Amino acid sequence: MLNLGTDEIAKYPFLAEAGQYLKDKGFSLEQFGTDPDLKPILDKAYNRIEIATTGKIYRSDIESLGDLDLEVFSFLLAVILLKLSGMTTLIRRFSLAEARRAEKYLEKDLGDLSNKTNEELATKIIKELFSIDVQKKDNFFIIPISDYLKHAVNFHEREWKLINRRVENGKVILTSHETVRLIRKELDNYIAHKIHSSGTPSMLDFLKKPVERLVSLGKTFSVPIFVSTEYPPCIKHAIDVLDKGENLPHSGRFLLATYLLGIGQTVEKIAPLFKNAPDYNERITLYQLNHLKGSSGSGTEYKCPSCERVKSKDLCFATSDCDGIINPLQFKKKKTVNA
Amino acid sequence: MLEQDLKLVEGAFKKYYFDHFDMIPIPERASEREFGYQKFNGGMNRHISIRSNEELRLMLITHIPSDVYCSNAYYSFPNLSMSEKDWKEADLIFDIDSKDLNLECRKDHTCSKCLSCGEISIIQSSFCKSCKSTKIEKKSLTCKNCINGAKNEVIKLNKILEDELAISKEKIHAYFSGNEGFHVHITNSAYQQLGARERNELVDYVMFRGAIPETFGMKKSQPTRSFFVELDDIGWRGRVAKHIFGSKSMRAKVLTETISNGYSIFQQKLDALKDTIGIKIDPNVTIDIHRIFRLPGSLNSKSGMSKIPCEHIEKINPFTDACIIDDEKTDVLANCPFQFTLKNRKFGPYSNEKINIPKYAAIYLICKGLANAV
Repeated sequence: MLNLGTDEIAKYPFLAEAGQYLKDKGFSLEQFGTDPDLKPILDKAYNRIEIATTGKIYRSDIESLGDLDLEVFSFLLAVILLKLSGMTTLIRRFSLAEARRAEKYLEKDLGDLSNKTNEELATKIIKELFSIDVQKKDNFFIIPISDYLKHAVNFHEREWKLINRRVENGKVILTSHETVRLIRKELDNYIAHKIHSSGTPSMLDFLKKPVERLVSLGKTFSVPIFVSTEYPPCIKHAIDVLDKGENLPHSGRFLLATYLLGIGQTVEKIAPLFKNAPDYNERITLYQLNHLKGSSGSGTEYKCPSCERVKSKDLCFATSDCDGIINPLQFKKKKTVNA
Repeated sequence: MLEQDLKLVEGAFKKYYFDHFDMIPIPERASEREFGYQKFNGGMNRHISIRSNEELRLMLITHIPSDVYCSNAYYSFPNLSMSEKDWKEADLIFDIDSKDLNLECRKDHTCSKCLSCGEISIIQSSFCKSCKSTKIEKKSLTCKNCINGAKNEVIKLNKILEDELAISKEKIHAYFSGNEGFHVHITNSAYQQLGARERNELVDYVMFRGAIPETFGMKKSQPTRSFFVELDDIGWRGRVAKHIFGSKSMRAKVLTETISNGYSIFQQKLDALKDTIGIKIDPNVTIDIHRIFRLPGSLNSKSGMSKIPCEHIEKINPFTDACIIDDEKTDVLANCPFQFTLKNRKFGPYSNEKINIPKYAAIYLICKGLANAV
């Protein structure tokens, strides 16, 4: 178990056990509603969530921060507010933004030549949370090939392929930025899981108002989605993941977009489906959809991947209705023929 | 296979398994592996559990399989169906086949056999010259040149496995496949737990697939000379540098040319290099974490030769070392348009003639579909 000081928890607040942390510091949740000195922390917590929903990263000036506890408390209160609101879409957005924030500190700590403790802490977090054995070599970081591959296979950019990495003696050589980037998805999942598995406290009066505001905020991200029964299960799953505000991997987004384009839907009709994604950006989504359609860029029209490919990306949820098809696009056709 | 061929070949295989059982060591952790076998003219039997030498011997003698397989994977319940086996880990395996090397000599020992009339022709055609049938099957023997080509690939592969993937020599086991190539098994390495997707990355690495110019120092805009790879760099960086620049003295000149040609030309060059410097392995074998792979020491029904270990790959001569069936004189009707050498003795060519040859050569020709028992 990691033993952390307050300055370290301020950088990585998701490592703290919420209830225990407050108790250790001699506080109770009720005090945040009554103590005038603590009241602003609630606003800070709400603000932390609100910033996350815009896709931005909440900035902490830890270097010059007088009260490190404030950083941790605002995170813990934010989690409490999110749990009470029950808005899954907000939790996803919050965990993604917090993961990005932690990423920045991890990268900084890993590369901190003047402070060995920081570097050790970062490697320890990576080792304990994600089972990657990171060692430092000159100004680079080396990790075993097998550890690297387990994480790198989730990336689609060719630069992450092993062939495009410096490989020596069973190790992959990475910069601090690349090392941290390698665990981005897992860090996000870790934080989200931590929030989901933490207990929901009883509602207190002073929390009611911000929770209500969160519920209204969360609702603005909900898009009514029509799912045709004619869609194959892999497509229904992809839509379902987005609907919950969860992070659909790039391969899943590619599958969904190329499938819908393949059955003749328009870019304008498809784009709103992605509105629930934690990192949604309308301009980028439209650009990417047009690119897949072939109406921009090289003009290449991207085809829906085969069932085999979908399977290899762990996106296949085949049912008996899928028997005999080799591409999700055949699903609807097959059903029509049989009908 | 025809009845009389079956009798002869099955008899020879049975004798081999009886006389040479000591050549078939039961694999390590056998009780965690899935075994399988095929019978001549029969389908595949798999999901078999074998725990001891005795059980293996009994299976071989009772069923006289044409081919015997054993999983590279370890399971909690190897004899249950695929979904219930409970996969634990799998050895890393590689298959190098001389057919995939596309060597010049290939055409000199490949012929077409018409499945309708049995006509054999050295002319590659999509239909039979004699009966016009389009049911044509390619039949090939292997030559020394092909075997040497495959050996080279094994040597290059082993170097990558040792130097770059840090797999120690004693964990790398090379075998002659029993037909036209080699198998490399790696046991107990850091890669045992990897799934199919991760193994696919290892395959791409070994085969030099998916390389991008940036890896070797070429940027899309304003490439810098000092970023480019050097000849003494480790791994693919060094190998690519050697191929592109040739020598240290040529580097500066070729580099200027490379930069002026631009990014896409460099990418094309890398794509082309895949076919020359990439190791020619069968990607499907390495990616498959549930494969049943030919059991070392067993016979290969495509040739009647054994899958034998190669401690020193350079020295092995499969045409003598893996040719273990006895030399009892045997009559066959042979139709083999090429000459071949087994146990340092030359045979053929035969033009639909009845011959009396040692059994190992008779079995070889029957297994290749170029002779029948009489």
